[in-house]
Amino acid sequence: MTESSANKPANGEVCHRTTNGVKPCRNGFVKNHYHYQQQHQKSCYLEEKVHLRASNGGLYSRPFLESFEETPMLVAVLTYMGYGILTIFGYLRDFLRDWKIEKCHIAREREEQKDFVPLYQDFENFYTRNLYMRIRDSWNRPICSVPGAKVDLVERISHDYNWTFEYTGRVVKDIINMGSYNYLGFAENTGMCAEAAATVTQEYGVGVGSTRQEMGNLDRHKDLEELVARFLGVESAMVFGMGFATNSMNIPALIGKGSVILSDELNHASLVLGARLSGATIRVFKHNNMQSLEKLLRDAIIHGQPRTHRPWKKILIVVEGIYSMEGSVVRLPEVVALKKKYKAYLYLDEAHSIGALGPHGRGVVDYFGLDPHDIDIMMGTFTKSFGAAGGYIGGRKELMDYLCTNSHSAVYATSMSPPVVEQIITSMKCIMGEDGTTIGRERVQQLAENTAYFRRRLQELGFITYGNSDSPVVPMMLYMPAKIGAFGREMLKRNIGVVVVGFPATPIIESRARFCISAAHTKDMLDMTLEKISEVGDLLQLKYSRHRTRPSADRAFEETTYEDSED
Amino acid sequence: MDTKNMREYLGWLYYQYLLITGIYVLEPWEKSIFNTVLFTMVAMVIYTSYVFVPVHVRLALEFFSGVCGGQHESTMALMN
Repeated sequence: MTESSANKPANGEVCHRTTNGVKPCRNGFVKNHYHYQQQHQKSCYLEEKVHLRASNGGLYSRPFLESFEETPMLVAVLTYMGYGILTIFGYLRDFLRDWKIEKCHIAREREEQKDFVPLYQDFENFYTRNLYMRIRDSWNRPICSVPGAKVDLVERISHDYNWTFEYTGRVVKDIINMGSYNYLGFAENTGMCAEAAATVTQEYGVGVGSTRQEMGNLDRHKDLEELVARFLGVESAMVFGMGFATNSMNIPALIGKGSVILSDELNHASLVLGARLSGATIRVFKHNNMQSLEKLLRDAIIHGQPRTHRPWKKILIVVEGIYSMEGSVVRLPEVVALKKKYKAYLYLDEAHSIGALGPHGRGVVDYFGLDPHDIDIMMGTFTKSFGAAGGYIGGRKELMDYLCTNSHSAVYATSMSPPVVEQIITSMKCIMGEDGTTIGRERVQQLAENTAYFRRRLQELGFITYGNSDSPVVPMMLYMPAKIGAFGREMLKRNIGVVVVGFPATPIIESRARFCISAAHTKDMLDMTLEKISEVGDLLQLKYSRHRTRPSADRAFEETTYEDSED
Repeated sequence: MDTKNMREYLGWLYYQYLLITGIYVLEPWEKSIFNTVLFTMVAMVIYTSYVFVPVHVRLALEFFSGVCGGQHESTMALMN
């Protein structure tokens, strides 16, 4: 292997690190080490942190701080015990239902289907029937106002332990909304976006009633695409009416049999569905783990397709900007370096990061200060930061021309509704500062400030939070099954709406609450929320964290070498 | 005032017990089954230990005193 000159200092750093007594390893292990270091000497840790920044200096312009504190052993044991007890009672209830002692409220096989393959026997069904239903009141709650910083909820009660709900007709007003993906606070019913959307509705109406390829191609769509391309810094862009379909319908258009998709293990369901629909071989690498990705890339190149050993037609790396359940940010500089080194394609899903990250709000590419042309396919959604609906794909002009004729999303889906288009145009121009105000810029800064404040305070209070220090998605660990329901209920009692996440979306013991910070949250609201979280945290004993200061857990890269492909 | 604090503390302890065992989410009749079973088991353990532990301890003491003390005595006796 030839070593470029740019590569040498990085290697030197790695060597130095190893001699420094820190064995570069995976995330969790470095953290264990951190414990040890903290006990010894604080300055050692500080030195280490600075050092990490230096060692990544070639790739990262800012420190990349991501923490996943390990689960305390006692908590893990108690969590498993709790699930054990609930499972026993689940079997008891299933037994009673089988013997018709108790009425079964949930779907089950009809009498004439009894002798066929059982339909509701697997673990997911058991979980839904016997665990999820008991705390279902924390989910799927209808709201009845704009989901801004505060939101109104429809009050509902259940008389039969969440099997059915009854709406009382009352409204629970002014709940602080910590659950909506309203990162920049553009989900509003007043202000310039709403006014622009209203004006356009009067001009164009709401329905389009055709696809982009037929009669549904409005001038506003063209304007929007040009604007998106300019916003992203790419040659060309395309917009689609639905974010999920943007992923699931465009990946099959881009890639097919005889190609390989290297997908992060925590990729969103839309990416997973798209990858499966494409018929390509799918290989999964460990979450944000570049050694794992490089190994897969090498294997793909060395071995080629199974049996025939022909080279793969295309190798596509699929990653997300911010992972919505972990709050982690992709190690994009490293992914781009690997992509260049092994000449693969890169598909970046910026669903959560667009608008929410970077000094100009232009997503994870802006955050790391990279060149957008290095990413082959830039995908994102308008549902989150822009307060609208739909998704986009950005990239080179040829790619867009190809997608325009081959993507199911473009050919068959009804095109985007004009008021939605107008909402996106207005909010995007606002972020870019093209509306002549600094509102957009201020909101991006406000979001960054709110995020830093909220994350810092949560950590100081002693909660375990996951993810990158700059990510506005803040997962806070709850672990025990009963605490999922209790946390949601207790927070709602205190007029704060939170999202709690349990098993199918997370590993079984890592249940969590997920806060989504918005630029619309004022300092008072955040303080209020933090106070209540602390109160509930004391009540439910959620302050699991054993180190009150931020653990820095960056990883060194022993095997990975970054060479420019041009060398 | 003190009894009120005590009651609050006990309430808090019971709440923690509900949360940690997971029976917080169960229906009241299931909770009572769990509590009954657990209470019965604990009571049986306590009763068993009350009945059998003293006997075992006494036997063990006798055995060890037989092993150590007996030898001691005999060697002492020899010396004497």
